[in-house]
Amino acid sequence: MFLLDSLQEILFTLRQNKLRTILTAFGVFWGIFMLIMLLGAGRGLQNGAESGFTSNVRDSVWLWTGKTSIPYQGLPINRQVRYTEDDIEAIRREIPGVKIVSGENPLGSVNGGDTLITYGKRSGNFGVFGVADDYFSIKANLDFHAGRPLNAMDNAESRKVAMIGTLVRDRLFPGENPVGQFVRINGISFRIVGLFYDEERQGQASERLYVPFSVYQKTFGKGENYVRIITYQPKPGYDPFEVEQEVVALLQQRHNVAPEDRRGIRSNNFVEASQATEALFAAINAFIWFVGIGTLMAGIVGISNIMMITVKERTVEIGVRKALGARPRQIVAALLFESILVTALAGYAGLVCGVGLLELIQFIMRSLHIQNDFFERPEVDLALAVQAIAILVIAGALAGFAPAWRAANISPVEAMRE
Amino acid sequence: MITLKGIHKSYGERDRRLHVLKGIDLSVAPGEMVAIMGSSGSGKSTLLNLLGLLDHADEGEYLLDGKEVGRLTENQAAAMRNRKLGFVFQAFNLLPFKNAVENVALPLYYQKVGRRERNKRAEHFLELVGLSERRLHKPNELSGGQKQRVAIARALVTDPAILLADEPTGALDSQTTDDIMDLFKQVHGMGKALVIVTHEADIAAQTERTITLKDGRIATDTAHEPAHVSA
Repeated sequence: MFLLDSLQEILFTLRQNKLRTILTAFGVFWGIFMLIMLLGAGRGLQNGAESGFTSNVRDSVWLWTGKTSIPYQGLPINRQVRYTEDDIEAIRREIPGVKIVSGENPLGSVNGGDTLITYGKRSGNFGVFGVADDYFSIKANLDFHAGRPLNAMDNAESRKVAMIGTLVRDRLFPGENPVGQFVRINGISFRIVGLFYDEERQGQASERLYVPFSVYQKTFGKGENYVRIITYQPKPGYDPFEVEQEVVALLQQRHNVAPEDRRGIRSNNFVEASQATEALFAAINAFIWFVGIGTLMAGIVGISNIMMITVKERTVEIGVRKALGARPRQIVAALLFESILVTALAGYAGLVCGVGLLELIQFIMRSLHIQNDFFERPEVDLALAVQAIAILVIAGALAGFAPAWRAANISPVEAMRE
Repeated sequence: MITLKGIHKSYGERDRRLHVLKGIDLSVAPGEMVAIMGSSGSGKSTLLNLLGLLDHADEGEYLLDGKEVGRLTENQAAAMRNRKLGFVFQAFNLLPFKNAVENVALPLYYQKVGRRERNKRAEHFLELVGLSERRLHKPNELSGGQKQRVAIARALVTDPAILLADEPTGALDSQTTDDIMDLFKQVHGMGKALVIVTHEADIAAQTERTITLKDGRIATDTAHEPAHVSA
């Protein structure tokens, strides 16, 4: 009851100093609002850059082949190199720095997209990939909408099963659950076990079907054991560039390619790119924190200034209140409670508006289907924002405490003489 | 009611120390109306501040209602000011953003009296000082005399035994001064002790006892019949 009364007394004094109250509140509001916008924008940039990435683990390495460009050990140039399943085995066996190794065989061109798939009367051209064991440990960032990924048993038992992408589903099974249905790939029937979405290339990588490697080799591979693309992930703790050199050297040796020949064995290491972007993110983050902490500091300085002015302005009032029986602690508590009330409410308003605006931006981007590699899903860590407000409130209270305490302890006579 | 024994008070730093009160012995009986006179610098305001527990003496004893109050903590002094003493200042010292009722009710806030009860009692005392119809006005809408009436109501609202007034008519014209003095006499009639600091002899003449300070000491202490001033 008395707490409510004190609150009314404080609200009353705040109303008397409307302009000052509004200015203080606006300073805090703006600080928190800008901090949230900054954090949200930073996260948006990061999300945007990440979605431009791949559905593969960040540090994956992909190896493909070409024609030799240097004569070696009596072999002529322009010889087409072809990996085999034995190469995968050899890498797994001989390179200790490799954690996972797998391979894929695209039917048709390397990017796929030209194999006729039919379901009943519907049909479309999509990419078909035979994938070896552990493939989905490297292409690890697929979203499964239904069913399951392919597994080692599918491969070992040569099951005629397939995982299809969401774009395939949209064409062949509009509005239906495809899992359990049979599609024909070049006329051969496969049972669908999983439905995935791959965000790589804005979802275009979802125009694919994956089938077990063993089945692929038997049905589309003409009985050979060639592998078009080998992929691996280095073990943590190993230098990824050294591991890459070892793998390339091993493959060069197995296929009689000159060590200095860059054409026969080709590799693409995503480690470099991922390290560069990680450095960029770190820089963006550091910048955001620099600006954010600056904003917070400005807010704190603003609050302390206002508190000092408030106390100065109200010295006579404090003296009168003391003469009438206010205890020093009551004076300090009233002044601090005022500052805490204003900062907390204004900070909360800044939080709500900031998060609201970020949500609105997201909503607009979603409804207008704005997609790009620069900016996506601006979000903010709520816990972080609440912490920022708490820091501001506490700092404001601490900053106000010294002048309030001094004012509350000068003698009422001196105070009233001001 | 009030007993002072051997009160000394100095201000300032060591080498420029100003000895303001040099051994004051004084007692005020319940219901007594006393004027403290003296030229400027005689120490009369300092004495009033000590009496009002707004300041501490360096030396000496202060008994209020038989209790030693010279060495109270700030919190104890605040409670004592709130319950036993009422203040009236030359500059009125009303809070500018509160209306008359709220100003009068303020001391009760520090007694944790509820808002409704506070306002009820405040209105009663505003009526007593004749300002009922102005109860919702802010201080800047009141004349000097009206402000001082509000201040007197505020001093009375906690029902203190003693009212301390520091040049209460110093900022008022003569007609208003007479009105305020009449009000003080009325308060005196309610059985309150009154200590009025003034430098005007005709104010002092309207009390029952005049104490004159000179150079930090009591020069004269005379009881007399209150003079009547025709309104």
